[in-house]
Amino acid sequence: MEHDVVLSARDICMTFPGVRALWNAQFTLREGEIHALMGENGAGKSTLIKVLTGVYHKDSGVIRLSGKEVNIKSPEEAQNLGISTVYQEITLCPNLSVAENMYIGRGDYKFVNWKEIESKADAILKNLHIPARARQQLGKCSLAVQQMVAIARAVDMECKVLILDEPTSSLDDQEVERLFGLMRDLKARGVGIVFVTHFLEQVYEVCDRITVLRNGEFVGEYTVAECPEVELVAKMLGKELDDLSEIKKEEVHITAGETPVYEAEDLSSEAVTHPFDYEIYKGEVNGFVGLLGSGRSEIIRSIFGADRVTGGDVKVDGRKAKITKPLDAMKLGIGYLPEDRKRDGIIGDLSVRDNIILALQVIKGFFKPITRAQAEQFADEYVKQLQIKTASTDTPIKSLSGGNQQKVILGRWLLTHPQYLLLDESTRGIDVGTKVEIQKLILKLAEEGVSVTFISSEIEEMLRTCSRLIVMRDGRIVGELKGNEMTQNNVMRTIAGGDA
Amino acid sequence: MAKELEKRSRSGSLGQLLVPIIALALIAVFNLFRDPSFFSVGMTNDSQGNPVLTGNLISILNGASELAIISMGMTLVTASSKGQDISVGAIAAIAGSVFVKFLSGGDITGLSVTLGIILCCLVAMLCGAFNGALVAYFNIQPMIATLILYTTGRSIAYWINGGATPTVSSPIITAIGGFIPGCPIPTPVFVVIVFGVLFWLIFRFTNLRLYTQAVGINQDAARLNGINPQTVKMLTFIVLGLCSAVAGVIAVSRLSLINHETILLEIEMDAILAVAIGGNSLAGGKFTVVGSVLGAYAIQALTTTLYAMRVPSTAVKAYKAVVIILIVIIGSPVVKDAVNRMMAKRRQKTAAAKGE
Amino acid sequence: MENRSRDLRRREPLTDAQLLMTITICIFIGLYILAMAVWGGGFLRPQQLFDLFNNNAALIVIACGMTVVMITGGIDLSVGAVVSLVVMVSVINIEDQGGNAFTAFMLGLAIGAAFGIVQGLLIAKLDIQPFIVTLSGMFFARGVTTMVSLEPRSVQDEGFSAMQDARIEIDWLGYETNKGAHIPGRIEWGVMIAIAVVIVIFVVLRWARFGRDLYAVGGNEQSALMLGINVSSTRFWAYVLSGVLSGIGGFVFLLHTGAGNATNAAGAEMTCIAAAIMGGTLLTGGVGNVIGTMFGVLTIVLIRAIVVASGLREPWWQSITTGAMLCFFIILQSLVVQYRGRPHKDKDAKKAKI
Repeated sequence: MEHDVVLSARDICMTFPGVRALWNAQFTLREGEIHALMGENGAGKSTLIKVLTGVYHKDSGVIRLSGKEVNIKSPEEAQNLGISTVYQEITLCPNLSVAENMYIGRGDYKFVNWKEIESKADAILKNLHIPARARQQLGKCSLAVQQMVAIARAVDMECKVLILDEPTSSLDDQEVERLFGLMRDLKARGVGIVFVTHFLEQVYEVCDRITVLRNGEFVGEYTVAECPEVELVAKMLGKELDDLSEIKKEEVHITAGETPVYEAEDLSSEAVTHPFDYEIYKGEVNGFVGLLGSGRSEIIRSIFGADRVTGGDVKVDGRKAKITKPLDAMKLGIGYLPEDRKRDGIIGDLSVRDNIILALQVIKGFFKPITRAQAEQFADEYVKQLQIKTASTDTPIKSLSGGNQQKVILGRWLLTHPQYLLLDESTRGIDVGTKVEIQKLILKLAEEGVSVTFISSEIEEMLRTCSRLIVMRDGRIVGELKGNEMTQNNVMRTIAGGDA
Repeated sequence: MAKELEKRSRSGSLGQLLVPIIALALIAVFNLFRDPSFFSVGMTNDSQGNPVLTGNLISILNGASELAIISMGMTLVTASSKGQDISVGAIAAIAGSVFVKFLSGGDITGLSVTLGIILCCLVAMLCGAFNGALVAYFNIQPMIATLILYTTGRSIAYWINGGATPTVSSPIITAIGGFIPGCPIPTPVFVVIVFGVLFWLIFRFTNLRLYTQAVGINQDAARLNGINPQTVKMLTFIVLGLCSAVAGVIAVSRLSLINHETILLEIEMDAILAVAIGGNSLAGGKFTVVGSVLGAYAIQALTTTLYAMRVPSTAVKAYKAVVIILIVIIGSPVVKDAVNRMMAKRRQKTAAAKGE
Repeated sequence: MENRSRDLRRREPLTDAQLLMTITICIFIGLYILAMAVWGGGFLRPQQLFDLFNNNAALIVIACGMTVVMITGGIDLSVGAVVSLVVMVSVINIEDQGGNAFTAFMLGLAIGAAFGIVQGLLIAKLDIQPFIVTLSGMFFARGVTTMVSLEPRSVQDEGFSAMQDARIEIDWLGYETNKGAHIPGRIEWGVMIAIAVVIVIFVVLRWARFGRDLYAVGGNEQSALMLGINVSSTRFWAYVLSGVLSGIGGFVFLLHTGAGNATNAAGAEMTCIAAAIMGGTLLTGGVGNVIGTMFGVLTIVLIRAIVVASGLREPWWQSITTGAMLCFFIILQSLVVQYRGRPHKDKDAKKAKI
């Protein structure tokens, strides 16, 4: 084994009831490198990280830190051993100052020496070029700075291994650049960095090596040079690529003079500060592409009236319409699958049946409850049609798997027989099989005349299903791609700022 | 019928009712061993010479009326806003004062009593709307928001009646708080039944249950499905205001006077307890009103039992506090988890034994 | 940016809590000046200020405990009832069991600590809602108080009475009576205890590890855990501290009134919560300090004094004005938090989004 390896994990296995999360996973981190850990959702990345940081306990396998075998039992122990983790969500206290967030809960002390920790913190912040002041309240800093403070805390704890779990998902380009600067800085100091991200470009910008996991298994370890983007995607997806290629979309021919199903002019909302124009025709599937935080979710939220609308005109079927709250949109036949299923979609404790009828029930109104028999009939119908795996329609939805929950929400909207569906990341975090089913279903709906606006972080998925892509950057629509223009390269180029 | 019952138990509503039923049964068994005569029901003549039912059971049924009515509303508030209203007693005092103030102006007739009840209900619903607005629009925790009326409500009641504890005597008032001549069953019991039917009708012909549960479980998701969480929360607080007003009228009518300091004192605690004993989560979400009503009777049964055991009335709350704590300990997530783990272990063991 | 980070001494803008506390202190001072200008008389004498402290020393002590608990995001409704129980038990101890001030004090500490420990265990270890636990604690303590003695009892013991009557006299802050006699400014010893408590808790909250852990737990429990803080033990000790302070508060109360009564300190818990809120303690936890709370208490009692001075002698005005004040501050706090406290939606974050 090479002598500069700081952390190695060999043959890690980990099972949850009914799921094999990791199977003989391998991972090697060298001193002073940035190592990308890649894989699709459910590939086992986060499980591996949680094993390395002591949140989960592995079933078998060996973890070595600087050559010595270690058995990590808790996050605290991992920290003491020099493995620090910075999570996607910031795990600091927003009510405390920057300095205090860097020093609280560490080491042995009875009283806080404010002068000392503030000057120490300021020195580190300056050293790492973090634009924050020690005495500033953390909650008043931008998310990027908060993320960096978390990293600074880890750095000050003299970590040998720094794990960054999707740190860039809520940052803008400039902030990402700043973060990368910090990462390179640390790399030069000999820290081994594990970098988990969904953004391929970022991997090639900053990483040295890539380890790919798929379905909990180790696929391989490559240097960035020997594994170009296309190959990496193929490795992450594996054979499933063929499965997906069955999906073929039909081109929709829009005849001149046809009225759009939905048309927005200069629409803006609390979250969408740049007014936009947009229209969609009957049976069309189109999508918004752009990086996370580019404003694509906010746009479809404003179409549905989920955020307070601040201006603009909306026409549905050519007639002027006013959509200021979700109910308005629902009554006009618009349905919305939210990005965050758990937070915005499911009503956890309610039964599958209640979850399915919810939207239709609300449209019908407060004083017209659906009878029990009818509700059961509806629920049975969609459980069957969408092949939802549930013990009964009485089961609380929270006990279903993610994919099945998503199907229930889809069923909820199908039951309202919408003419226009907004799907935000409807395939995220669910297994590949269900993903394919949902994509097929979307195309089938389109054939039946339903218009669909689709958002997915996976561009391939968008290219497969959409007949038109609207490209977004920094809250603005920056381009539109149709027909032959719709290639991955073009999309990337438009997102990055070149002309399509 | 059996099939229906099986269905209900599967959906959990029967399981939820298990707690209050067990609580009632425990108190009954305890009394059976302590003094079987606790259960005797007799007939006597009341002050007007009408034959009426007496006995501990009747006094439990009768005495729990206000609590039962308030706990129905409290269940809704708990379900929708994940917190409890501690101002119900104070609102009842305000409503009672308004009622008395309105009646003390002139002759007490059927019409004036009806108008008085409507007026005090409106005032109480306004109080409820105030609480609801703080909770729904200012995002203040329900217990803190209702703290305002909790601290001031009884003083406002005092103020309404100008510092006096006026009396209202009329056969109509006595009939509301006691017995309708010729009927041996206390009137408040009928009021509870009327409220029960009203709630049943509301749940049957509107979506209040679905909306309330959806808002209580996941407010964001409810909003994105077209439900206005603010309106739902406001509505539940207003309903609770109405319940408090009716409870206040009953309490005033029982004594034919309003004492702002003692009327329905500490009923908020009992109502919260009733909701908890009824198998409802105090953290909101799914609810059963029937459970809360049974819970209310269980509490009254406990109180009556303590009185029968000659525990002084001022000390009763100490015992109740112990019972509440025991119930919440049993219902706490930590204990539930521990029990679940034990059950799982046992299941594993038996499975292992079978496997061998 | 670089320059700024070098400058440690640069003043940070007021935080929400500091803003709320400043508002309360300004309101207190403003009201006091108003009272001096309008009603003159008693308000012009320093003794009026001393009396605000003299009559409410116990309230200040227990409000400190309430603040500590509220910083963790919890609440302790048992404080007033525990005070009442402690006073009653202490009176019985001194009168019937030959106790003295010291035994009464220790007894108070023990009872307060016992309540704190039990409530802390239930809340921190069993994860039961603080409101339910401490409301039960309140009912239990009130019930037990009546079991100890339903009748009001007062202390006759001479040793204790002497202690009770002792005052710190400040000659030059005195005043002349109508008859020309000079009465020195008088401060009760209970006030000294209260001030000591405020100082100790202030120091603990500002500098001690435990104090800072309280803020972290209240700020974000999950994060506090990840930062290596023992969340459940921190919460536990917060309730123990509040219980102990209730015990001390009981002793101070006894020192002031010398009598035990089942209705002692009725509604004190609500006054404490109101005081803490007015002093800038956030209902959601993570923010607050005892200096603000002390001014909160003083503002509430000053309003009561003004209500009396202005001739609104009917008993209901006090609680109605307190309630109105509470309502004002609760709404103010909600608005301040909603419009100032959106950390990620400030200019910085907006720039990122646009």
